[in-house]
Amino acid sequence: MRRVLFTLVLAATLLSGPLARAVQPDEMLPDPAMEARARAISKDLRCLVCQNQSIDDSDAPLARDLRLLLRERLVKGDTDAQAVAFLTDRYGDYVLLRPPVKPATYLLWFGPFALLLAGGGLLLWRGRQGGKGRAEAVAPPLTAEEKAQVALLLRDEDEGKGRP
Amino acid sequence: MRRLMFLIPLVLFLGLAGWFGVRLKQIDRGDTPDRLPSVMIDKPVPAFDLPPLVDGQPGVASTGLADGKVRLVNFWASWCAPCRSEHPILMRLAGQGVDIRGIDYKDKAADGQAILARDGNPYAAVARDESGRTAIDFGVYGVPETYVIDRQGRIRYRQVGPITPQDLQNRILPLINELSK
Amino acid sequence: MIPELGHYALVLALVVALVQSVVPLWGAWRRDGAMMEVGRTAAYCQFAALALAFGALTYAHVVSDFSVLNVVENSHTDKPMLYKVAGVWGNHEGSLVLWVFILALFGALVAGFGRNLPATLRARVLAVQGMIGVGFLWFMVATSNPFTRVDPAPLNGHDLNPLLQDPGLAFHPPFLYLGYVGFSLCFSFAAGALIEGRVDAAWARWVRPWTLIAWSSLTLGIAMGSWWSYYTLGWGGWWFWDPVENASLMPWLAGTALLHSAIVVEKRDTLKSWTILLAIVTFTLSLMGTFLVRSGVLTSVHAFASDPARGVFILALLVVATGGGLLLYALRAPILKAGGLFAPISREGGLVLNNLLLSTACATVFLGTLYPLFLDAIGGGKISIGPPFFNATFVPLMVPVVAVMAMGPLLSWKRADLAGVLGRLKIAALVGVAAALAGVWLAGTKPVLALLALGLAGWAVMGAIVDVAERVRLFRIPLGDSLARARHLPRGAWGTALAHAGLGVAVAGMVGTSAWTTEAIQVLHIGQSVDVAGYSFRLDSVGEAPGPNYTARRAVLTVTRHGDFVATLAPEQRFYPVTRMTTTGAAIHTNFFSDLYAVVGEPAPDGTGYNTRFYRHPLVPWIWVGSILMMAGGLVSLSDRRLRVGVPLKRAVPRAAALPPAPAE
Repeated sequence: MRRVLFTLVLAATLLSGPLARAVQPDEMLPDPAMEARARAISKDLRCLVCQNQSIDDSDAPLARDLRLLLRERLVKGDTDAQAVAFLTDRYGDYVLLRPPVKPATYLLWFGPFALLLAGGGLLLWRGRQGGKGRAEAVAPPLTAEEKAQVALLLRDEDEGKGRP
Repeated sequence: MRRLMFLIPLVLFLGLAGWFGVRLKQIDRGDTPDRLPSVMIDKPVPAFDLPPLVDGQPGVASTGLADGKVRLVNFWASWCAPCRSEHPILMRLAGQGVDIRGIDYKDKAADGQAILARDGNPYAAVARDESGRTAIDFGVYGVPETYVIDRQGRIRYRQVGPITPQDLQNRILPLINELSK
Repeated sequence: MIPELGHYALVLALVVALVQSVVPLWGAWRRDGAMMEVGRTAAYCQFAALALAFGALTYAHVVSDFSVLNVVENSHTDKPMLYKVAGVWGNHEGSLVLWVFILALFGALVAGFGRNLPATLRARVLAVQGMIGVGFLWFMVATSNPFTRVDPAPLNGHDLNPLLQDPGLAFHPPFLYLGYVGFSLCFSFAAGALIEGRVDAAWARWVRPWTLIAWSSLTLGIAMGSWWSYYTLGWGGWWFWDPVENASLMPWLAGTALLHSAIVVEKRDTLKSWTILLAIVTFTLSLMGTFLVRSGVLTSVHAFASDPARGVFILALLVVATGGGLLLYALRAPILKAGGLFAPISREGGLVLNNLLLSTACATVFLGTLYPLFLDAIGGGKISIGPPFFNATFVPLMVPVVAVMAMGPLLSWKRADLAGVLGRLKIAALVGVAAALAGVWLAGTKPVLALLALGLAGWAVMGAIVDVAERVRLFRIPLGDSLARARHLPRGAWGTALAHAGLGVAVAGMVGTSAWTTEAIQVLHIGQSVDVAGYSFRLDSVGEAPGPNYTARRAVLTVTRHGDFVATLAPEQRFYPVTRMTTTGAAIHTNFFSDLYAVVGEPAPDGTGYNTRFYRHPLVPWIWVGSILMMAGGLVSLSDRRLRVGVPLKRAVPRAAALPPAPAE
């Protein structure tokens, strides 16, 4: 298992990915509804040895063990939340691909929307200011040569317009 | 005021860069992103009772770990290359009188026995975890992993990966000494 | 000898880059034409030297020169020629050679085609480009020499990671790098303009073609990467929100915002300091991607073998480049003159909203990628951030982007009539409803969100068509006149419509495969069949099939629908003896509306059957069709005469346009 990680780190080069054969037929539960639950849960659980893959996608032996364990818990009558809690009790929040909403992740979860509001607010405020009190032009004026160049370019555009 | 607004991106960026620098330093010290902290710290060892690796010798069970003695529990396997590099350190620790319990993780019994016969046996007792379930209960995600268990049978420290001489000197031995007081 | 030549060329390029970064800048300061001209000569020389270095490394790989460490580590005599060439950039050192080679290529292009740029701006742009070159060349010479020799030379090499031995992936990095490095020019133009102290419509027009080249290449590069994941990873996943994918998505999002805000600078002479900031940020994100992938700060299945020492160097590069750019920005941007005013409902307003949403989306990806590191560094524990997070945050942010995208091109500048625009988009709304209803008819009423998203995609595609139809006044004037108008419509307008429609098509593909994929995982014995979404997959045989540097186990499947033959599929499992790795070769049958996807894996534990996985992925080809449309939109836009890089200056034959001008775009 560590060996898997080890070879991955060693062998990994640009955009290489591990082989993911994921869920095998012999792991699957006979009850399709329960199997579907298991699949849904395992898609949101991180494979600990292969970085950034869910246990559902991974063919690492530990991922397989966890998939089997998860299915056992469901068969024993665990709710989805209980089955997930079984794993977080052992591996911590790290196994959750959907980080829990807690004070430490407020910035993560609400940051994007706060940013959107702040950006929108700033724009509205700027819009209200309507340009009053803006800094005056400090840029150097165009030289005669540059003015000629601009004129040429603009003419070029007029000419170019409507032509392929 | 308006000018200050244009400084914001630079300040944010420098903060980010500084933090990247700190991260690089941490990685250089061995704190790589794949090292997970254990959530089991200060909790009692999970309940387990595993059969011995060698028939006739004692296995390892959670009940035997809370008898007032500080111990190490080491998860290993014959197929695990880093475990081999760790082995001499375990042998040395055992020679110093540290009680190490071994758990042979998802291994063939014959392979595990052969390795111990060849390289020496540092374990006071060694058991087999064929299904890997006890390891999962500990939160093991790769072998080798080593746990320091205090007198009351609580997990106090987890070593991910092979024990290096530095880890031994800086963390494990001081902790054992402190817990044994 | 040739590797030494290559190494020499690298060092030479470094020296030339040093000259390029100092002399033209000084020349521009002193208004010394000859010194400014040095910039162009140096850019050509740097390009020649790096072409030589890149050629030397390619040669070493092609002839399998195992006295070169880089070849030993990444090649093997049995490797097919295509992958011997692709192996040049399939590793850290070689990819850097490609990186600096493309950087020098862009420098040479500016030197060659930038004749209409003011001499001082060109000199400054080339100098900044030279500085970036110095940084990367120094990095290579100091820590990542691709020409290191091995003595004695081994008889054969370690071979390239088999996952990289794939046509989709072989040509994916060059396009990604064209994108990343192309944004370096936007950065250089921004820095040059800040030094000049002037950003105007002409500047925006000069920087636009480079942005378009970079953006189109990056679009293609990302699409190729995702296509590769789709067909090699064995179950049809095409995007994983992996840090390395995010590292390419962030510059794409920022670059898309830049592309749009530059239009406002060009047409309305406003949003200048924001556009400059975006140009700096976009390149920063490209550099940061490089840093994240190669330093070991993040863990990713895709990362290069990481090395903190290299990480420190790239971080230093990042600090100097971005820090310098942002310092320049802090000092000089306040003097940029704010330009024309506009009402919230206007083309400008639409583009500002586009920028707000895209920047927020980019920031979201940034947060999602780096937050675990951040939390870990402040002792907040380790967390993972995966697809569920991005689905809950990024996707809702992109919904308004796509919704507004259809309206944007129809809005007029300064002040627009929203009700009128919506009225003209009635047909797009109808198409959207039709798309959602088609979804209901084909897949049922669930999931509702996916149906809504499908409707949104229909709205976006039809919106783009309406945009063109409005411009040519389709059905309002005689058809012939409309066609004439279409012929004379600026290429930029065609490009916009193509790219916008492409995004709509891609969105439909993403929705289709995410919401309605059918999966069947089972053990099949030879001769047995299984039904998947109305198709019957029969396993006919499994046999050995030799390959050039691998051996394969190939299964043959027959797919039928209601008894009628549909396709024969031949998925493979390839074993590469040198690296001792197995790869999955999925077999895919596409009819453009959906893919049938088959993987036959290991023999089942009972010894008589095989583990098989079959999928039907509805609409999935549209993801890549849409991406190609987007890239094509960028290229068509690039061919717009007004934007052409080398618009001849002296063609001063004023002539009134013979045709009525096309509506302002």
